[in-house]
Amino acid sequence: MENVISIQQLTHRFGDREALKDLSYEVMQGEVFALLGPNGAGKTTTIRLLNGLYTPAQGSIRVLGMDPGSHGGEIRRQTGVLTETNALYERLTARENLRFFGTLYGLPESVLLKKIDEVLSFFALEARADDRVDTYSKGMKQRLALARALLTEPRILFLDEPTSSLDPESALQVHELIESIRQNDGHTVFLCTHRLEEAERLADRVAILNSGKLLALGTLDELKKKYNPGLWVEVKLMEPLKGKITGNTCRGLLKVEQSAVQLKVQVEEEDAIPALVTALVGQNARILGVEQQRVTLEDIYFKLQENAREGAK
Amino acid sequence: MNWKIIFTIAKKDITEARQNRSVWLPILIVPIFFILLIPLSLIIGLIVGGPDAVNFFNDPDLVTFLEKMPPVMSQVLQGLDSVQSILVLVLGYMFAPFFLIMPLMYSTVIASESFAGEKERKTVEALLYTPVSDTELFIGKVMASFIPAVGITWACFLGYIIVLNAAGWPLMHHLWFPLINWYPLILWVSPAISLLGIAVTVLISSKVNTFMGAYQSSASLVVLVLALLVGQITGVLYLSAIVGLLLGVVIWIAGIVLMVYAIRTFNREKLLVSSIS
Repeated sequence: MENVISIQQLTHRFGDREALKDLSYEVMQGEVFALLGPNGAGKTTTIRLLNGLYTPAQGSIRVLGMDPGSHGGEIRRQTGVLTETNALYERLTARENLRFFGTLYGLPESVLLKKIDEVLSFFALEARADDRVDTYSKGMKQRLALARALLTEPRILFLDEPTSSLDPESALQVHELIESIRQNDGHTVFLCTHRLEEAERLADRVAILNSGKLLALGTLDELKKKYNPGLWVEVKLMEPLKGKITGNTCRGLLKVEQSAVQLKVQVEEEDAIPALVTALVGQNARILGVEQQRVTLEDIYFKLQENAREGAK
Repeated sequence: MNWKIIFTIAKKDITEARQNRSVWLPILIVPIFFILLIPLSLIIGLIVGGPDAVNFFNDPDLVTFLEKMPPVMSQVLQGLDSVQSILVLVLGYMFAPFFLIMPLMYSTVIASESFAGEKERKTVEALLYTPVSDTELFIGKVMASFIPAVGITWACFLGYIIVLNAAGWPLMHHLWFPLINWYPLILWVSPAISLLGIAVTVLISSKVNTFMGAYQSSASLVVLVLALLVGQITGVLYLSAIVGLLLGVVIWIAGIVLMVYAIRTFNREKLLVSSIS
């Protein structure tokens, strides 16, 4: 698989403030790559640098094999960007918005009109296509902004916080649309988000940023293995345990949190779980259920952010 | 440079400006006053009042003013009775600077909407992500202000010609307007002053993030035209055809110099950074 974005030792500054610090990574053709981090981590700055809107202070960038500094216009012709605010012309209709942007990309009139109908239909906006955008709901506006980003069939689709201002229902709708865009057309998607569940749901690979620094990079499985905060097992009991479970009760137990009818045990490996259950049965525990807790991106993210904060002290 | 793209940007900005009441309301109200209400009130007053109305103007200041009048104007007034002279003096002469306020006002209000307004509504970012070059974007936006400012001023002038000749017919009995000094003013000075207004607004818009902020700051240029108006009324500066041509040259040079500076300092990065800060 070839890379479509390559960033090497990228640093960017606003005045004295370093917005991005010595970043290096690649994004592969056809993948959904998520840049995850809190507000101010440098996500939007990265999209602007990749599209030639900013000039980097140091380092090199290649997008579709080109330097955004010298070939910004050509790169932007082949990318589509959903900006953090939908940036739609609210006094114009949906069709006028799409026609305006399509013309700026140099699409011939006949192709453009056909494409406009296609995207309006795909995003279920054709019934309101000739209404002014300021009469739309937030969810509709976001769908229209996505339609605008996809109008020119970009090779790379940049999504900057695509659901941050949406209610859960509209956010779900946008997630489903992004998934179907990817399945249908195999676009490369560069997703910037601070919503962990969004990255977990949509991304093939995740880069975690904090204050412009890259904290981690990899697939979710790779990150889980690398930054596993420990395997936790939750045991539900029918009645309080008469005895006590400690780290010495059996081999492989790291930490025990015991309440009346619930135990939370951190184990080294999965194979410590049968020994734990045997030990509990030996203490006449009446077990209702044993559940292994899944490590989420959220666990990894907060662990990394905490490490970053402690490292900064 | 792709002119189709430039015209598309200009057309979009004009469409947007047309939908913004803060833009079209002043554009509508000013001509109603200057080409309809005030001229018609005066003409009707002169028709109804006749020579009595002229007495109203017969004060010592006006006498001094008439004495200072350049020979060209004296020739125009030759053979006219007192009622006709007042009509020609006020509407054919003193009103001229108002037709410089119009293009200045139109160009600054539309340019404020086009440059600062787009930053204010945060639509500029999507525009910057298109393949359009900085120059195309800049020229498109300048044209979005220049074409309507000059076009509306010229349309207003046509309306003024019709109103003055039609309503003034009972007094003048012939087509007497426009006078020769109006041609350079309308065809030469008003486009120059539109360009100057746009250049100043673009430079102000790079520092200001709201439509109103940009408009209020750039509208202060009206002071320059008011100076001309005072000069005209007090007889210090008579806007003859020659003065109009020379004035046009000065304003064109100022407008072009400022526009070149604006285009040199206009780029995506600055536009984005200034809209963040």
